[in-house]
Amino acid sequence: MAETSAVAEDLELKHTPLHARHVDLGAKMVPFAGYSMPVQYPLGVLKEHNWTREKAGLFDVSHMGIAYLRAADGKHETAAAALESLVPADILNLKPGRQRYTQLVNDSGGIIDDLMVARSADPDHAGWLYLVVNASRKDVDYAHMNSRLSGDVELMPFDGFTLVALQGPDAINVIAKHDPAAHELPFMGTAPLKIAGHDIHATRSGYTGEDGFELPLPNEHAAAIWDELLSDERVEAIGLGARDSLRLEAGLCLYGHDIDETTSPVEAGLTWSIQKRRREGGGFPGAERIQREITNGPARKRIGIKPEGRAPAREGTIIQDAGGNQIGSVTSGGFGPTAGGPVAMGYVASSHAAAGTEIALLVRGKPMPATVAEMPFAPHRYKRG
Amino acid sequence: MSQEYYSEDHEYIRVEGDIATIGITNHAQEQLGDVVYAEVPEVGRKVSVGEAAAVVESVKAASEVYAPVSGEVTEANSELDGNPALVNEDAEGAAWFFKVRLADKSELNKLMSREQYDKFVAENS
Repeated sequence: MAETSAVAEDLELKHTPLHARHVDLGAKMVPFAGYSMPVQYPLGVLKEHNWTREKAGLFDVSHMGIAYLRAADGKHETAAAALESLVPADILNLKPGRQRYTQLVNDSGGIIDDLMVARSADPDHAGWLYLVVNASRKDVDYAHMNSRLSGDVELMPFDGFTLVALQGPDAINVIAKHDPAAHELPFMGTAPLKIAGHDIHATRSGYTGEDGFELPLPNEHAAAIWDELLSDERVEAIGLGARDSLRLEAGLCLYGHDIDETTSPVEAGLTWSIQKRRREGGGFPGAERIQREITNGPARKRIGIKPEGRAPAREGTIIQDAGGNQIGSVTSGGFGPTAGGPVAMGYVASSHAAAGTEIALLVRGKPMPATVAEMPFAPHRYKRG
Repeated sequence: MSQEYYSEDHEYIRVEGDIATIGITNHAQEQLGDVVYAEVPEVGRKVSVGEAAAVVESVKAASEVYAPVSGEVTEANSELDGNPALVNEDAEGAAWFFKVRLADKSELNKLMSREQYDKFVAENS
């Protein structure tokens, strides 16, 4: 059979502050976005995926980019207006202690990156916005932002934190053991929590569809806090392989695959992240296309796909209609352990995007029947309210 | 009495008379990780050496299983469709993929012995 990839030659790859921990745990390390990252630990992708859905999975996601956008006058309105010139979300009305998902959009209405934006409730941080961007795009994002922003705000990439994520139904129990205030933190909220004696500006969010927390750990304490969290018997270390199958089942986009510079947020099914005030008011790059697509519908749409049978359909697979005409392609696909079979996402002409539409997937040259499916493939279990 | 041969593509070939049982090696399944799908060829199909004959997929990627010898497929392992994890559990035993009636026994000369294969794996790791 074809040779699978060997262990990463990691001489030129960057290391996160937790790299040695992964190696000691016996992780299989692979290159990702210029970093040497754990794709799986000895538990394996399937067991890591299931563990996260049943208990609590701990992920090193510190390869991602953290940056602050700071208003010179210390006012939220100034920072918000600056960011709103680049993203279609309502940042002005983002309340203190809250986080929002949005995208950096280009002048054609395509997506440069997707990101999380948080506003601290700490009055000492008035005028600051905390951004988390994808590892593979951080350089592009910062260059883009710096080319568009003016002197009333400063973009400050910050490398003092090691971002980790704890995801799964037991995550709250693990974190609350350290700080019971975790129970008060709602989904998409942000607040300082005391973990292993350190104040961590936690957010209750993640990339798995499960309840969980994202924790920026100060670099000098990251390994100790990682060890402390992992010492809880409900917690296992989880690699990027399971991170991908978890987010795929949750129907979440992966930049460079399900969204890119050609896809608008409307085509991608992300209109929900463009709040009414901005849908109506515009004022972000590509607003003309985005507003037109909101009004008239986009030409193509991101859909969930459920292949019949057991064969997965991978990225790049051509999607056909019943007559054998190409109507789109798969952008992410694989096996969904919780769904119990193959799952995929892709784009098709909007005329074929309704759930239940019968389509065919060209796998190894043969059309395989599939159906357009609602997402997520595994129910979201966020703690709202 | 069966004879065992190995390919550089990490297949094993167990020959008894003119029937060869073919699967992937334990080393191959370890490299693959959790197997989520396996597809076997149809009985009666004629395969040529080097041709993609079967498929084995892990969570992340699909891999071809090449025919290490030419011949007609006489049997295909129906266990694998419903239980792909068997490939991880018993790659060189119960998780064989297919059997062929050998078309040309001289093709076996191009394959490796167990000792040569183990050395090949060690050198390429």
